[in-house]
Amino acid sequence: MSTGAAAYPTTWRPPALFGSRARQRLALLGVLAYLVWSVSDLNVDVNRVLAGFPRALDIFGRMIPPDFTRWQLLATGMLESVQMALAATLAGLVLSVPLGIAAARNLAPRAVYLAARGLIVLGRTLHEVIIAIFFVKLFGFGPVAGLLTLAFASAIFLGKMLAEDIENVRIGPVEAVRATGAGFGQTVVYAIVPQVLARTVGVIIYRLDANVRHSTVIGIVGAGGIGQTLSASFSRYDFDFALAILLSIIALVALGEWFSDWVRRKLR
Amino acid sequence: MAGVLPADAARENSRGALLAVEALTKVYPGGQRALDGVSLVVERPEIVAIIGSSGAGKSTLIRCINRLVEPTSGQIWLGAAEIVGVSRRELRRLRRRIAMIFQEFNLVERLTVMENVLSGRLGSVGFFASAFRRFPPQDIAGAYAVLDRVGLGGYHDTRADALSGGQRQRVGIARALMQNPDLLLVDEPTASLDPKTARQIMRLIRELATERRRPALVNIHDVALAQSFADRVVGLKSGRVAFDGPPSALSAETLTEIYGAEDWSQTIRRADDETEGRQ
Amino acid sequence: MRTIATAPDKRYPDVWRRRSLRETVTGWLWTAAIAFAAAWSVSALDIEWAFFVDAHEQALDLAQRMWPPRWSYLPVIVRPLIETIHIATLGTMIALVLSIPLAFLAARNTTANGFTWAIGRALLVASRSVNTIIWGLVFVAIFGPGAVAGIAAVAARSVGFLAKLVAEAIEEADRGQIEAIEATGASTAQVYLVGILPQVMPVLIGTTVYRWDINVRESSVLGFVGAGGIGLYLYASINQFAWQQVLVVLAAILVIVLVSEAVSAYIRARIS
Repeated sequence: MSTGAAAYPTTWRPPALFGSRARQRLALLGVLAYLVWSVSDLNVDVNRVLAGFPRALDIFGRMIPPDFTRWQLLATGMLESVQMALAATLAGLVLSVPLGIAAARNLAPRAVYLAARGLIVLGRTLHEVIIAIFFVKLFGFGPVAGLLTLAFASAIFLGKMLAEDIENVRIGPVEAVRATGAGFGQTVVYAIVPQVLARTVGVIIYRLDANVRHSTVIGIVGAGGIGQTLSASFSRYDFDFALAILLSIIALVALGEWFSDWVRRKLR
Repeated sequence: MAGVLPADAARENSRGALLAVEALTKVYPGGQRALDGVSLVVERPEIVAIIGSSGAGKSTLIRCINRLVEPTSGQIWLGAAEIVGVSRRELRRLRRRIAMIFQEFNLVERLTVMENVLSGRLGSVGFFASAFRRFPPQDIAGAYAVLDRVGLGGYHDTRADALSGGQRQRVGIARALMQNPDLLLVDEPTASLDPKTARQIMRLIRELATERRRPALVNIHDVALAQSFADRVVGLKSGRVAFDGPPSALSAETLTEIYGAEDWSQTIRRADDETEGRQ
Repeated sequence: MRTIATAPDKRYPDVWRRRSLRETVTGWLWTAAIAFAAAWSVSALDIEWAFFVDAHEQALDLAQRMWPPRWSYLPVIVRPLIETIHIATLGTMIALVLSIPLAFLAARNTTANGFTWAIGRALLVASRSVNTIIWGLVFVAIFGPGAVAGIAAVAARSVGFLAKLVAEAIEEADRGQIEAIEATGASTAQVYLVGILPQVMPVLIGTTVYRWDINVRESSVLGFVGAGGIGLYLYASINQFAWQQVLVVLAAILVIVLVSEAVSAYIRARIS
């Protein structure tokens, strides 16, 4: 290794990101400048943040042990969340069929297609909690508003998936089945359903799982379910009950995810 | 570079060997006995080809020496240091003295050639130096020199995944040389390469090991290639040493002993025709 | 005698079914169970169907009260909109930094032992199962109302999301590249840094950018629980029945969410 070591450079830097060293430095400066700007723009009160850490310990201390004595209230809220999720998945599934057909470019007239796509963009962009607050205004506090919120969100999601499926149906198998002399119903059953069934069931189960997650949240604005119970417990500084609710939510969501994964693995 | 370094004398164990493997046994969790009491002594800087059919334990043997595979029993001496019994910490120190070249090259694909070569020096730099790629100047100069030596001068800023198979193996060799190792372990270096590149790579490994006066253990399934480039051939069969001797001593009978019955006349004649690499 | 006549030809069954009887029955049972559960859920929720009779009229009424949008409100919400993006960005940055050690803790091949793995997994599940806005409730209790609670909430939810995907990438990392670094005598930390991190970098960056655009959407409602951003203004406008303002806020949220989605998609397309 000693031979000619002097002839070789003794420094090496990795190739610069973004093409050149100057641009890399500029990018780094940009990030730093953003951090300075955003933090100063947010008027972060350092003292309040620092005060937060002992308060976090205090709250944590008051959370432990979690209080499961009001388990009936907890169970009612959890059950309501699950019921909202289940019912909303079913309602969303029914509503998604017309929406999906309307949003399929190869099926729907242009005006209908654009309107349906617009609704899908709107529904996907606005957070469930925003949708929920409108349904609460229309139908009052309670699980009905939650059910409608989740049904709306599910219809948007499933409708989008259905529209994509319809647009992507491969025409080859359809023609092949039709060429054997099959009627319309037979063609649908033999050529289209097999193409989309497994994926569709997977998507529905996924949505059920997503609805369970969201059902725990929309109660924050009064749309029923466990979220409403949780929100109330926080506003009453009822932290040990809040932890019991949080742990229950974690268990429910983890269970839902496990179930959804399990079903989709089975389908594959 | 000329002559055995003085330090080498101290590294030798009581038996005067650079590497001594004693009664090495490896039983995999499934009960498969991959090595069954292998003993092997390397006393001078020579190229030892390890041949044998697949499943004979070639790869297990090489990987037991730097404990990428944990041996079940036996001892391995690198000079005066025993490898099998030592702690993880001590093992890391010993691994720095043993360099390995892999069949699949095993370069970190998303890093540059230079970063891959310098990774041979990781044992000698701290965590933050490696995080910010701050290697000592002599390592960097050494890396440039080694890259030149393996024929990849100018490729230092190329990403490893942009190289051809032969070029990748050259980077793998350069990484190994950066460790300035006392022993080279080479695991099927040519199995992923075309025949011409395979010969070039084998020649390079032989030249470099000879230049640096370091022993090399080379797993190789191509008997002709082993005969052309090795000073010594060890044949493994079912985890035991079935042959140990110079390439010239390999006969149809010994090959049958190692691999089972087959017409070996073609293999042996071809090896006799080609004596390149062994001056 | 009949058996002799038919046996040689009986290599194929007379009937063919795509699924076995058992599979068919199981499938129907699942379908029936889900339908039953959904029907029971609808009935259990005590829905006042009378509400729905005039729902469309109410909705139309609401829409009319929203129109025309009060654009003069727009200057008021520019700062909260920027704050919303700040909350999403800073929260994602913190999550990015925290997710790397968590991912190594939660990946089977890099965690120290079964105990540390269980801790890593538990943190992942807790982080992911609690929605951003619920984390918002928790952090408002800790830090008081404001953007800091929002940033913490976004970070708390995102860290599990990022770490789960990165941990999966670590578990799927090429073993050979890791072995090669181990064989040089590098320390465990160096093996993670040089052998594994470069392999999971594309997943790390891609999911971070993806999560950022989800977080812009999430941040738009954090204000509902007092955790800063535009949500507070939306909530206030709704509670004041200032529907023309509400429409302006909704339009603004729509724009920032759609723009961030486009930016995120563009960056991800560029890096892959």
